[in-house]
Amino acid sequence: MSASDSFDDLRDLYQEVILDHGRKPRHGIRLDDFDTTAKGDNPMCGDRVQVWVKFADDSIGRVGFEARGCAISVASADLMAETVQGRSKTNTRALFAAFREMARTGICPVCDPSLAEPIERLAPLAGVHEYPSRVKCATLPWHALIAALDGAKEASSE
Amino acid sequence: MNVMTNPVAFDVVRIREDFPILKQTIRGKPLVFLDSAASAQKPRIVIDAMVHAMETQYANIHRGLHWMSERTTEAYEATRDAAAALMNANDRSEIVFTGNSTGAINLLAHSYGRGVLKPGQAVVISGMEHHSNIVPWQMLRDAHGIELRIAPVTDAGELDMDAFEALLEDGKVGLVAITHMSNVLGTITPAERIVKIAHAHGAKVMFDGSQAIVHRKIDVQALGCDFYVWTGHKLYGPTGIGVLWGRKELLERMPPFMGGGDMISSVTYETSTWAAVPHKFEAGTPAILEGIGLKAAIDYVQTIGYDAMAAHEASLTEHALARLATVDGVRVLGQAQDRGGVISFTLDKAHSHDVATLLDRQGIAVRAGHHCAEPLMRRFDLDSTARASFGVYTTHDEIDALVDGIIRVREFFQ
Ligand SMILES: Cc1ncc(COP(=O)(O)O)c(C=O)c1O
Repeated sequence: MSASDSFDDLRDLYQEVILDHGRKPRHGIRLDDFDTTAKGDNPMCGDRVQVWVKFADDSIGRVGFEARGCAISVASADLMAETVQGRSKTNTRALFAAFREMARTGICPVCDPSLAEPIERLAPLAGVHEYPSRVKCATLPWHALIAALDGAKEASSE
Repeated sequence: MNVMTNPVAFDVVRIREDFPILKQTIRGKPLVFLDSAASAQKPRIVIDAMVHAMETQYANIHRGLHWMSERTTEAYEATRDAAAALMNANDRSEIVFTGNSTGAINLLAHSYGRGVLKPGQAVVISGMEHHSNIVPWQMLRDAHGIELRIAPVTDAGELDMDAFEALLEDGKVGLVAITHMSNVLGTITPAERIVKIAHAHGAKVMFDGSQAIVHRKIDVQALGCDFYVWTGHKLYGPTGIGVLWGRKELLERMPPFMGGGDMISSVTYETSTWAAVPHKFEAGTPAILEGIGLKAAIDYVQTIGYDAMAAHEASLTEHALARLATVDGVRVLGQAQDRGGVISFTLDKAHSHDVATLLDRQGIAVRAGHHCAEPLMRRFDLDSTARASFGVYTTHDEIDALVDGIIRVREFFQ
């Protein structure tokens, strides 16, 4: 195949940001020093993720994760870890609700102005809404994170 | 190629004309459907048979005395004759209609499992079963004290015949329930040898023919097995109808599975007596239209002929394996000597779900996941694979499109 081959038809879901975070996740490590952790499991496709959280005062100080799954789930976990750093638990939950909405509909929901910037950062994942069976890949790490914040060991699947 | 040297002419272009759906475009590209092992597409004559029945004669069967009920009963029962002929069954009453393979295996596990097998006996399955040939036996194990034994799979993806035979040596095995063709590896299991070994140790044999019946002529008398199950929707027929074939003397020894209308001979509040086989196992209004559609599907494959279908699929499979072997980073799961048109593979740079989604962007439909065979995935240290599977309508060009598509996915992830 020639080097000039265009991948335009493949890019709508797999934007460069997603490929990049899927390939080289920055936060894809198990935290040794953590306050809470939880696992998420998608039995339909075998994707598995575990999330570790270290708090700093009342907000999220750091998130690390280990994921076994597709590029979408790894990229989503990595973007999540990056985006929730420094946020309160309440704000993180609100961000998850907005993100889930976006993953399902493709539309960035009207939300609290404080969420506009982080939602923008997660927007490359909005393309999953066209693939209903892949939406869970993007939301799985978030379910694990919310379970960890709730003190549950496992995310209940959707 | 010179037509004279190719007597079993297989005109795939003409065959594709029989399948209306193949004219579809997907995301603006011609549909390349490589997921027939999950469920096959339907030829026009199957669609028409069902529509025609609804438009001209539809009524409930086996119970009406009016013209429409009689016509519909005839059409539905003609499917039993067609299925018996398809499998070379001794007698039409050996064909029990179920909802699908899963329904047939559950019927057997319940009825033969609890009614004939005794606690302390064992059932042998293999390490390459679909969940539908695992879970019903686990349920039997837990409810009825039956031991479940697993015959291992070799690295090549074949049944380990020595280990299989060793499992039978203590004489406790009452039933061997094994796939005739793996829906993941494409492996066709050595059915005659399995039967010989099982019978020598006093065990009956059931084959899960869900995949095999699509690719090979099944002759239950030649195989010598005791039960054989398959599902209509993979054989170009409708969903909602499957077949349990069993030797008549065994079916007669089995108690009914579900109670209700159609399966009785007489009912009082004190007691009921059962109808004769196969009706004893067919409680309730069946999938009438689907049954009628299945007859058309059986006629369709009989007209093409198993020899021609098998030769076409062997040629496709050989072509696909040869081309995939040239692609860096592709690993094909299983190298069985005897195999049908199902190929599972992984790609080093991309997860199988990403592969499937990116092939879908190119109009190519494959399946990705554990294929309802989690224990087999674990056997090969995998969570999932992508799987391409072929049917009568698959072309060599489609295989080339698949391989080119995989190469693009790999470059994309580079
Ligand atoms: C080998 C095998 N066994 C059993 C089944 C179950 O078939 P069904 O879902 O029609 O019951 C399938 C297909 O899904 C299969 O491939």
